[in-house]
Amino acid sequence: MSTSTGSNVVKWIDHRLPIFTFANHSLVVYPTPRNLSYWWNFGSLAGIVLVIQIVTGIVLAMHYTPHADLAFGSVEYIMRDVNYGWLLRYVHANGASAFFVVVYIHIFRGLYYGSYKSPREVLWGLGVIILLLMMATAFMGYVLPWGQMSFWGATVITNLFSAIPGIGETIVQWLWGGFAVGNPTLKRFFSLHYLLPFVIVGVVMLHLWALHQHGSNNPLGIDRKGPQDSLPFHPYYTVKDMFGVGVFMIVFLAVVFFAPNYLGHPDNYTPANPLVTPPHIVPEWYFLPFYAILRAVPDKLGGVVLMFAAVVVLFLLPILDTSKVRSAKFRPIYKQVYWLLVIDALVLGWVGANPPEGAFILIGRLATAYYFLHFLVLMPLIGRFEKPRPLPASISEPVLKGGESTATAKGDA
Amino acid sequence: MAVATRMILRAAALAGLMFAAAAVPALAATEAMEPPEQHWSFEGIFGRFDKAAAQRGLQVYTEVCAACHSLKYVHYRDLRALGYNEEQVAAYAAQFEVEDGPDGNGEMYTRPAEGRDPFVSPYPNDKAAAAANGVAPPDLSLMYKARENGANYMYGLLVGYVDAPEEVEMTPGTYYNLYFPGHAIAMPQTLFDGGVEYEHGPEATKEQLAHDVVTFLAWAAEPKLEHRKATGVAAILFLLVLTGLLYATKRKVWADAH
Repeated sequence: MSTSTGSNVVKWIDHRLPIFTFANHSLVVYPTPRNLSYWWNFGSLAGIVLVIQIVTGIVLAMHYTPHADLAFGSVEYIMRDVNYGWLLRYVHANGASAFFVVVYIHIFRGLYYGSYKSPREVLWGLGVIILLLMMATAFMGYVLPWGQMSFWGATVITNLFSAIPGIGETIVQWLWGGFAVGNPTLKRFFSLHYLLPFVIVGVVMLHLWALHQHGSNNPLGIDRKGPQDSLPFHPYYTVKDMFGVGVFMIVFLAVVFFAPNYLGHPDNYTPANPLVTPPHIVPEWYFLPFYAILRAVPDKLGGVVLMFAAVVVLFLLPILDTSKVRSAKFRPIYKQVYWLLVIDALVLGWVGANPPEGAFILIGRLATAYYFLHFLVLMPLIGRFEKPRPLPASISEPVLKGGESTATAKGDA
Repeated sequence: MAVATRMILRAAALAGLMFAAAAVPALAATEAMEPPEQHWSFEGIFGRFDKAAAQRGLQVYTEVCAACHSLKYVHYRDLRALGYNEEQVAAYAAQFEVEDGPDGNGEMYTRPAEGRDPFVSPYPNDKAAAAANGVAPPDLSLMYKARENGANYMYGLLVGYVDAPEEVEMTPGTYYNLYFPGHAIAMPQTLFDGGVEYEHGPEATKEQLAHDVVTFLAWAAEPKLEHRKATGVAAILFLLVLTGLLYATKRKVWADAH
């Protein structure tokens, strides 16, 4: 709705609180690079999954009981007796996985096209904060059904903090609210699991604010030179995003309706029992690469530090990547190393799913070393020595037509 | 391990959604054998519970399993979904006694169970169950979902009793089972040919009994399965049409922008 055609009421309100002008500015006329590929759909998809998680979560919380003796039964009550409770819970449980699928693709898109580079460093950093908040939220949410994997996952992960020298034990007891994972732990995790998504919403708003300051990066990674390089967000990208939502929903709901427990662990349908340890305690699939890094180090504190470093290193990307060229399209060496990183992440996930024995120990260590080698050594060096291919003159002008490019960029832009 | 292999497959399947599918080597076998693959009516996109089999399975559960195993997340009224009417449900429930109260005088009393009650457990608590059996027999409400490859696993377990190989020393109170992890299970063989008398239907071989009770237990663990799958088919069909329309709209909107 444009303010010029708005009704008098709209004008009256907008004069006092320019909310319609704001919406028009950031959702309708908002200039967006005209060459965005479908990889750019995953930002808005992540936002939609967040909304799905919050809405289903709020309704689930109306029926769930956060108590060690009652939680498991209340989840079964939701599954059996609450109207469409089975749908709410399966959407919410698989929604967590969908959220990570979408966000991991979103992150790897940013890595490929250099979306973390100037002037989008803060935008990128806010994204990493969202990832950290998501991890904390997902971990605590997985504890709530109070099944065997909930209990033992919580025990393993909270115990990591005991590695902190001196105050570790105190911190762990403080997290537990006692001397073991128990009812106080469950209740605080429920409280925080309800709180953190709204913190995520807050950081998402900052993320969007930072995004709209300079607009989206694009597959060419070059700045827009003029209006011919942009399209208004509506209708071009609203309709493209909605089509993306449709495709996403088909895949997501196929899992929800036809294989809702495929991503879960059967042990979590056995009530938590502090006296029986499951043969293999494995985190949810989205934590497996980090779990592999944790176990790659023989020293507990070292493993914990390295695991957190694996995420924190992402904050430093704008510094570590020394190339002036954003898009990997024009970076022949980085492009190949990028795919090695993708493979490395998958290998880490595979190692994380397996018990730390035999060849998995060695593979896990090599893959961990390579992960950090990529960010800390390869990225700075490649940016310095790689000769990028010539950049096109502008977004709207195809590379071929220009013949001679204006910005050859050997890192001297 | 089977569990680990599945976890890898999951991670790979997800990554493969958008990235190139990663080749996943199959890992070495576990100690226990993979249970035989059975055909189950409730599998697949259009899967439905075979009501006759589930009803026979209720009979097997009632006459055999219920002696030791509880089913505490299932209510008697839920049995209507298997094709029983109100009277049949009430008559079935009334066979069992539940403690209720306190009454007006503050006294607890027992009464026949009704549709609104959950299945009555064979033991008053886990301690009593453990005292009578050595280990407490697990609740069966969710067993179908609580084991990898749940239906085939339960079937295999129920028919998988054989004499222990000579070199294997069995501790007293355990029995050799092909499909139980570690092979030594505390539950003795419970299903035998003709062990339950079917009024109608197929011959009550132990395989048939196992098949029927697993169908019943799958229903007990996932009573909304039919509704879920039917809803899923409708939802996906709707989304295919909607997404097709959105794609056509997108093409039209973008026609002048290329």
